[in-house]
Amino acid sequence: MAAPAVKVTAKDFTSDQDVRWCPGCGDYSILANVQRVMPELGVPRENVVFVSGIGCSSRFPYYMNTYGFHTIHGRAPAFATGIKASRPELSVWIVTGDGDGLSIGGNHLMHTLRRNIDTQIMLFNNRIYGLTKGQYSPTSQVGLKTKSTPQGSIDHPIDPIAFALGCGATFVARTIDVDAKHMQEVLTRAHQHKGTSFIEILPNCPVFNDGVWEEMQDRKTRAQATLSLEQGQPLVFGTPEGRKGIVIKNGSPSVIDLAAGDDPVAKGVVVHDEKIDSSSYAGMLATLQRPEFPVPIGVFRSVERATYEDMLQSQVDSAIAQRGRGDLKALLHSGDTWQI
Amino acid sequence: MTTSQSQHGKPIEQLTSVAIRFAGDSGDGMQITGSKFTDETALFGNDLSTFPDFPAEIRAPAGTMAGVSGFQIHFSSRDIHTPADRPDVLIAFNPAALRGNANDVRPGGMIIINIDAFNQKSLTRAGYAADPLPDLRERYKLVEIPFTTLNRDALKGLDLSSREIDRCKNFFALGVLCWLYGRPMEATERWLATKFKGAVLEGNIRSIRAGHAFGETTELFPASFAVPAAKIQPGVYRNITGNQALAWGIVAAGVQMDRDVFFGAYPITPASDVLHEVARYRQFGVKTFQAEDEIAAVSSTIGAAFAGQLAVTVSSGPGFVLKQEALGLAVMTELPLVAINVQRAGPSTGSPTKTEQGDLLAGMFGRHSQSPIPILAASTPGDCFYTTLEAFKLAVKYMTPVIVLSDGYIANSSEPWLIPDVESLERNPVRFAQPIEVGEFKPYARDPQTLARPWAIPGTPGLEHRIGGLTKQDITGNVSYDAENHGKMIALRKAKIDGIAADLPPVEVDGPAKGKLLVVGWGGTKGSITAAVEAARGEGMNVSQIHLRHLHPFPSNLGDVLRSFDKVLLPELTDGHLALLLRAKYLVDVQSFSKIIGQPFKIGELVEAIRKLHGA
Ligand code: SF4
Repeated sequence: MAAPAVKVTAKDFTSDQDVRWCPGCGDYSILANVQRVMPELGVPRENVVFVSGIGCSSRFPYYMNTYGFHTIHGRAPAFATGIKASRPELSVWIVTGDGDGLSIGGNHLMHTLRRNIDTQIMLFNNRIYGLTKGQYSPTSQVGLKTKSTPQGSIDHPIDPIAFALGCGATFVARTIDVDAKHMQEVLTRAHQHKGTSFIEILPNCPVFNDGVWEEMQDRKTRAQATLSLEQGQPLVFGTPEGRKGIVIKNGSPSVIDLAAGDDPVAKGVVVHDEKIDSSSYAGMLATLQRPEFPVPIGVFRSVERATYEDMLQSQVDSAIAQRGRGDLKALLHSGDTWQI
Repeated sequence: MTTSQSQHGKPIEQLTSVAIRFAGDSGDGMQITGSKFTDETALFGNDLSTFPDFPAEIRAPAGTMAGVSGFQIHFSSRDIHTPADRPDVLIAFNPAALRGNANDVRPGGMIIINIDAFNQKSLTRAGYAADPLPDLRERYKLVEIPFTTLNRDALKGLDLSSREIDRCKNFFALGVLCWLYGRPMEATERWLATKFKGAVLEGNIRSIRAGHAFGETTELFPASFAVPAAKIQPGVYRNITGNQALAWGIVAAGVQMDRDVFFGAYPITPASDVLHEVARYRQFGVKTFQAEDEIAAVSSTIGAAFAGQLAVTVSSGPGFVLKQEALGLAVMTELPLVAINVQRAGPSTGSPTKTEQGDLLAGMFGRHSQSPIPILAASTPGDCFYTTLEAFKLAVKYMTPVIVLSDGYIANSSEPWLIPDVESLERNPVRFAQPIEVGEFKPYARDPQTLARPWAIPGTPGLEHRIGGLTKQDITGNVSYDAENHGKMIALRKAKIDGIAADLPPVEVDGPAKGKLLVVGWGGTKGSITAAVEAARGEGMNVSQIHLRHLHPFPSNLGDVLRSFDKVLLPELTDGHLALLLRAKYLVDVQSFSKIIGQPFKIGELVEAIRKLHGA
């Protein structure tokens, strides 16, 4: 053996390019967390590919010292599909945003999710177009005043988690730019998941949509405003003094107060199970939104299903097993031929 | 076939060439009937050329003009290039088929109709105000055969519904024609046995045999015809359509270049058959991917190219234009892929099943800014195979997307194809950039000869790099906003593509190298133009011909060739696309001859155009 293996660190995953996001942009912390998680995943750097579309978030690959492809607006999932389908051994990460992924690229996102091709999709949802200087996005709130909506947006927003679930995604999670530990856990789990992993990340855009996730980011309000999803644990949130739980009443979720000694499960609080095959439970979680409910953070759904690239490869393998490796001469002479 | 008397006593007349058109409802099986007659004719040893012409609707209302589907075959004991301007024989299964095709038949030719399908109602449905038959009897040899009744009689007693029985009648008609032109029927019977079983198989075989026997005994045909086998280059032949040849070219590229193929596509007429065909060959390591749309088709393909596969995407005009933005990225990132466009009549949805050469300028200039892509065009069904192989070779050698133009005509037409010796095909194993341990990898450092950048694929240690659509810095490939560098990169990419010209074979002139008139063609019009040039020479005209595969860049000697003639004629199934390019580049007064009706050129109209320019 050669020299003892040198420990790979976040630095090894950092490219020599200057990062050009605005000061205070939430994307910085996502980049830092991804660079920190990468060495822990055990994938050789040369086998990692970051693919992005267009927008602030999509500059991401330039800052990773891996293989990277900054493609065209909205189409990153399609590029990634070609990469992963042809080279299943690569670890393929897609970086997109709310505009890139859900507006111009909604179609590709949908089909990549339903095919369950083994990639990690990080959708940076800041609810605004940043790079084109502040127009409303498909996740912007109704009424949002931007340069293109001086009287306020009249578009009903789409929820990324509900969208992913609707497309049959096998792994769906949400995390926040400011919670480093949580983000790293979610990224690790997304990588471990075999199939398409969809992660909605909530970063702040201080320039064009400052404070849109304020309640969830601010330590003072976070406990009230978020619901941490833990496998096998009841859906409990709030402060130690003011614990609350999510129960199902008449088929719909509602919030109950929990007293100091209460056993939440006995009180009917729903126990989180990300493994439920049907997506209707996760779909219910996706409906939990401010201000009535806390916003769930964590893994909504994680189920097993065969991946597209494995099935494609096994069709190739079985064709070769059944018919032998293709013989060009035999192909050209197949069917009716005649000699002159 | 030199006898002049058959066993049954009917005389046999010798012919050099015959063109037959089968026409009926989309549901009448005309394409099958035509292609089976074609297979038999190919096996018999004639040279041949076919032209299927069908409506875009899968099943238009029965008996209407909209639902008429046709298939023309031209076969000969000599070398031929086209399916013929006018059929000698028309088989019309119903009044609509007759109305849509009768006027195309050569004056004095034969029209065979299924008289059972003719009644007041069906004539009206086809739009005939009066019975057309009396007039046709005057102008043509009209043969009225009750195909439906005869076929029902022949299939009596079989366990088939009357609908199933009637569906065999096209094979009865095929049997009649097989007798009429001395075609062997074994291949069709073999094919039927692979397609059907039980009573349906029995019914079809009985139909074709009964049709043959009917031909022998009926008084409607006083004689049969013989078209002797053609003297063609020795070798093993098969029948091939353009789409099949594209598909096989794709598969062959993987074999000859030692690398698996990734094929991303979205269904579109008339290109889908290429996807269908290639999807059958996973044993070659080929991965086909039916994408969610045309943009995903090309994007996945570019992704696969980045990952190191031989990447190809196929579509037709409307799909091709959707790919332009992504092709621009492939230009910027200098990745190798082949984008095939089986052109169809437009604009917009246009006439999906009809042919045109309208996308040359879209390939040249359809992307924004300066984004040169080499363009090759296939000239015949069989040439699609070689054009595809060459496109892959150029793509990888020069690290560039390459556009291949085919068209709806050669896509579905077939011709006998001399099967190439696999050993004689060029081998071009793919070579990737090798791992490096120290120092920095330079993804945009170029090969001094070809100006190609290295193909550095994920999984290679030390070559980690980022590419994308933003302007690249020379050598490093890093994002650059430097003005000088921007101009330099534009110039480098242009020089790289222009430099391919040095790699191309010079244009070869058919006929005198200089003289009065040069006819220039490109793509799928080669057959008609060649036939027209031969006819014009037969009339004593001094005509030379070139046919271009390489449309961007042009072969280096093209300007000299054009300038060696007094006049240049350029027939195109579009509004002078190539004429515009040649005029602009070489300042030669190219005369454009355009036809844009969704149909290929007729030899007659080309000869007329040649005559006009040449002067009698
Ligand atoms: S515009 Fe907003 S999202 Fe874009 S880099 Fe600046 S802060 Fe970040």
